[in-house]
Amino acid sequence: MDFPILLTILLAPIAAALILVFVPKEENLTIRSVAAAGTFVSLALSLYAYFTYDQSVGGLQFAMQIPWIQDLGVTFFLAADGISLPMLLLTNLIGFSAVFASWNINSRPREFFILLLLLIAGVMGTFIAHDLFIFLLFYEVVVIPIYIMVVIWGSSKRVTKEYAGMKLTIYLLIGSAFLLVGVIALFVKTSAMSGVPDMSFTGMAVVARQLSGFDQIWLFGLMLLGFGSLISMWPFHSWSPDGYAGAPTAVSMIHAGVLKKIGGYGLVKIAVFMLPAGAAFWAPYMAVLGVAGVAYAAMGALAQKDLKYVVGYSSVSHMGYVILAVACLNVIGLNGAVANMFAHGVMAALFFSMIGFIYEKTHTRWIPDMGGLARQTPRLAVGFMMAAMASLGLPGLISFIPEFTIFIGAFDVYGGLAVVGIAGIIITALYVLRAGANTLFGPPRPEYNHLKDIRGPEMVPLIVLGTVLVVGGLLPSLLFDMINSGVVPLHAAISDALQLGGKF
Amino acid sequence: MLVEFAMMHAWLVPLLPALAFLVIVFLTRPFEKLSAIIAVGSMAIACVIASFAAYGIFTNHEYTKTPLVYAAKWLSLGMPGVTDSLMVHVGVQLDPVSAMMMFMVSFISTFIFLYSVGYMKGDPGYSVFFAYLSLFGASMLLLVISSNLLQMFVAWELVGLCSYLLIGFYTHKISAREAAKKAFVTCRVADFGLLLGLLALQITFGTLNLVELGEKIHNFQEYTSIGMLTLIAVLVFIGPIGKSGQFPLHVWLPDAMEGPTPVSALIHAATMVVAGVYLVGRTMFLFHEVESAMQLVAVTGAFTALFAATIALTQREIKRILAYSTVSQLGYMMLALGVGSLTAGMFHMWTHAFFKALMFLAAGSVLTALHHKADVWEMGGLIKKMPITGWTFVIGGLAIAGIPPFAGFWSKDEILVATLAEGHYVLFAMAAFTAFLTAFYMWRMIFLVFFGDEKPENHPQESPWTMTVPLIVLAVGAIGAGWFGTPWYNVWAEWIYFGEPHHGPINYGAMLLSIVLAGSGIYLAYTMYLKDAQKKRARKLAEWFGPVYRMLYNKYYIDELYLWFNHALVDGTARLFYLFDLYVVDGLVNGIGTFTKSSGDGLRVFQTGRLQNYALIFFLGVLAVAVLVTFTGPSAASLVLGGVK
Repeated sequence: MDFPILLTILLAPIAAALILVFVPKEENLTIRSVAAAGTFVSLALSLYAYFTYDQSVGGLQFAMQIPWIQDLGVTFFLAADGISLPMLLLTNLIGFSAVFASWNINSRPREFFILLLLLIAGVMGTFIAHDLFIFLLFYEVVVIPIYIMVVIWGSSKRVTKEYAGMKLTIYLLIGSAFLLVGVIALFVKTSAMSGVPDMSFTGMAVVARQLSGFDQIWLFGLMLLGFGSLISMWPFHSWSPDGYAGAPTAVSMIHAGVLKKIGGYGLVKIAVFMLPAGAAFWAPYMAVLGVAGVAYAAMGALAQKDLKYVVGYSSVSHMGYVILAVACLNVIGLNGAVANMFAHGVMAALFFSMIGFIYEKTHTRWIPDMGGLARQTPRLAVGFMMAAMASLGLPGLISFIPEFTIFIGAFDVYGGLAVVGIAGIIITALYVLRAGANTLFGPPRPEYNHLKDIRGPEMVPLIVLGTVLVVGGLLPSLLFDMINSGVVPLHAAISDALQLGGKF
Repeated sequence: MLVEFAMMHAWLVPLLPALAFLVIVFLTRPFEKLSAIIAVGSMAIACVIASFAAYGIFTNHEYTKTPLVYAAKWLSLGMPGVTDSLMVHVGVQLDPVSAMMMFMVSFISTFIFLYSVGYMKGDPGYSVFFAYLSLFGASMLLLVISSNLLQMFVAWELVGLCSYLLIGFYTHKISAREAAKKAFVTCRVADFGLLLGLLALQITFGTLNLVELGEKIHNFQEYTSIGMLTLIAVLVFIGPIGKSGQFPLHVWLPDAMEGPTPVSALIHAATMVVAGVYLVGRTMFLFHEVESAMQLVAVTGAFTALFAATIALTQREIKRILAYSTVSQLGYMMLALGVGSLTAGMFHMWTHAFFKALMFLAAGSVLTALHHKADVWEMGGLIKKMPITGWTFVIGGLAIAGIPPFAGFWSKDEILVATLAEGHYVLFAMAAFTAFLTAFYMWRMIFLVFFGDEKPENHPQESPWTMTVPLIVLAVGAIGAGWFGTPWYNVWAEWIYFGEPHHGPINYGAMLLSIVLAGSGIYLAYTMYLKDAQKKRARKLAEWFGPVYRMLYNKYYIDELYLWFNHALVDGTARLFYLFDLYVVDGLVNGIGTFTKSSGDGLRVFQTGRLQNYALIFFLGVLAVAVLVTFTGPSAASLVLGGVK
């Protein structure tokens, strides 16, 4: 048997969490080092997996199957393809950075890092699981640490951290409840049809694609509700700004960076993949909701004065593009959807980590209370501006090409509707530059003269995420060749099914 | 050998300054001198390579027909032929237009970089400034040599970024910060149009490569209708309206003067702002097919030229006057393209780069000498203390006014002749009148700043050699750059043209007219601002035409209009959306929460925990069942109770 690379990636943070249990709670440096080491192992191995994945062969690689509940067709099935590898890599990039973004956590650091590691492992699990049951299992695992971390280490501003944590958790749970109903119904239908229960993505999909158009439509509808509220699809988005504002930096990074991408990932790899006729039916509605989210949240972001709310609304707006892209159901659009999730993940994590540092140092996130920080904390300003520029889709940074491909895919299919979405780039520029200008530029404030710029371990998020931001922008094929190798077969499968069944 | 190498490795030209950027940012930032040397040196080497490559292009007439193109894959999506797909290249396209531009940009950049060595002395962000300049040089050169429109768009946005960073270079100044933001957002609005145009091109023609697009658009009927093509052309043109400061998106350019003066000279006069003109020139194959789009370009250009010139009449800040004159001159270039003369448009761009960069640098020299006092009315007689700055500025002034044999005369003449030849008499009249205004406002400034009485409170000194050498070099250009395209000896038109080279007949009438207009403009300025030492006439004129004067001085209140639009409309809508989100969407969510909670509260009434209550309910239940069974009989009751016998 080959070296179980995916399993190792998954278990490294869990192992680190277990070690932390036995580390005395005063050993601050040891605690941080163990957490960093755990995430580093995962990061290194997922980089290795990313670059050794054979794109010319494509399909599922590094697969590992252990039969588990045979009556339900459940196998512990880990595997990665061109869509899941970028998401796995993204999780680890952000996870690793999140550890360093939390370097200065002083209250109960051990518990914090244990929960953080479990959270990272849970998120990774959803991206490499190739079995619907396992996928859901990891998804539920994620919810628990998030809630605890928000409530204990969060911050109360416009809303209390308890409210924010509650809102976040309940939304996730309600989303997953819809999802669960959908999955159970799907399982019942497919196993009745084939006679052999099978929860693996591919096995289930083969059967599910033969379901009648009507079944596909309502099943897809349930999944759209579930995944949609996870990816903060308008109008199920209101958890996102409040939740990010209340959460501690690391949770905001992981949540905005990867966790909400589970929604987009699930839409592509589960809902669209298994229920293409349902997807074809819902696509125009998704496109409308996507565009509505882009425009609405961009306008919302414009009205914010708290930095975290700006980025919170901004992330809702960017996810609108992902939904629009999935709704294109063509190769260019799907490529753009996955790539944009990756790009936004890196950018949002960098943004939140920089805001986290600003908050840590100035004790405020209220934009009118800031100004001129570029003079006092130049490195922080560089990181902030890089994230800001990526957010407005500056070419040369990672998010331009994904957005461009989405625009091509969407313009082709939806025409005028897409134009409204594309207009979002103007509003985005407006709010992002305004936030940047009012925070970083202008006359420096004397009360911040004593601030120390980020240095040492604090630099890690900027270095790691900033590098990805630039390299991904200059060499987009590093990302797109991989995604394309996953999207092309997926698209082939769904278009075959649509042609057999006729477009609904 | 060298020429061959330079032509096949033209990508080195943008790469060198890009490397300089990286080196300065990551390595040499603490060492100011070294940073400056790296920036100037890399740009100078790039300029040498560009010169060799340009030499290679301009010695072989083949390249006017078939450009030299080489490219590498940048991105490829889908499976061509099987699914929808997207293929993007990065590449180099060398032909006379891009070779000229590549040489012009790298040449002028080199000297402006050199100028900055002296100008920026003592600035805390010295190294960073050179890093930004290098990044700008790299982006601009990438734009110039692009072989496809997406690559061009990438570079287009990157030069915008550099412009943003450099306008806002004095980060502590609120005015700089706001000007930078304004520039970025205004150009963003325009780029939205351009982006839509590019998307439509990609979707309609399946490519963004310039050469392929040229061929396909020539037979556009096979792909799309003339209506769609018109729309695409108009959308594409919106980009240049923003970048090249055409009306109504010109508002950012005068504000951009908040940046250090070398930036104004390089980015906001000689190179970046002409990118819009260059883009229209590059996509001439598109505009050429659509008559109405051409007219739009021509009218926009002529109107902008006149409009900006009228504003320049009344401005007081030296750099603002120059900025409006830039807007006006860009209008000339657009006009030339719009009447179908790529030759004239590119020619004016070429000469303008020299004399306008020269004037900005000279203005920078003046500002340094006067400790950044910018009002022309507070200056005077500077030419005695600053002879090099003064006389080179005068050369620039003669060139822009259109006095032969200075460079501007020949290129402006080309534009006027081309406009006349196409039968656009109204546009010709506008352009000719603008020429008169240009001569007037430029010389108003020159007389006020350099001649007349010295002001005792000023103690000007000539600038160091790093600043004066670029002035002299550019002054040579401002004199001689136009000699390539005189009506009697027009090499320019043999190389740079669209379709077929066209030599208009020598039009002595137009030539005479433009000399007379320029001369009278200068003379009028002389009588008003130099001869009349008290400037009584100028003051009287301003009083007589009070409202007009104020309107011009306030730039037709367009900035106020946009500000109002932004604050009242955009921000107002944003607030509305946010309130909607807070009270409706969130209200609904919280409402559901509250409903759940209150229904829980309601049900809690029954959960009293008192045994006697439970016993009572239990008893009532039993009673109800007993009654049911008694009155309906066991079989009917079992229907309700389900099997209880």
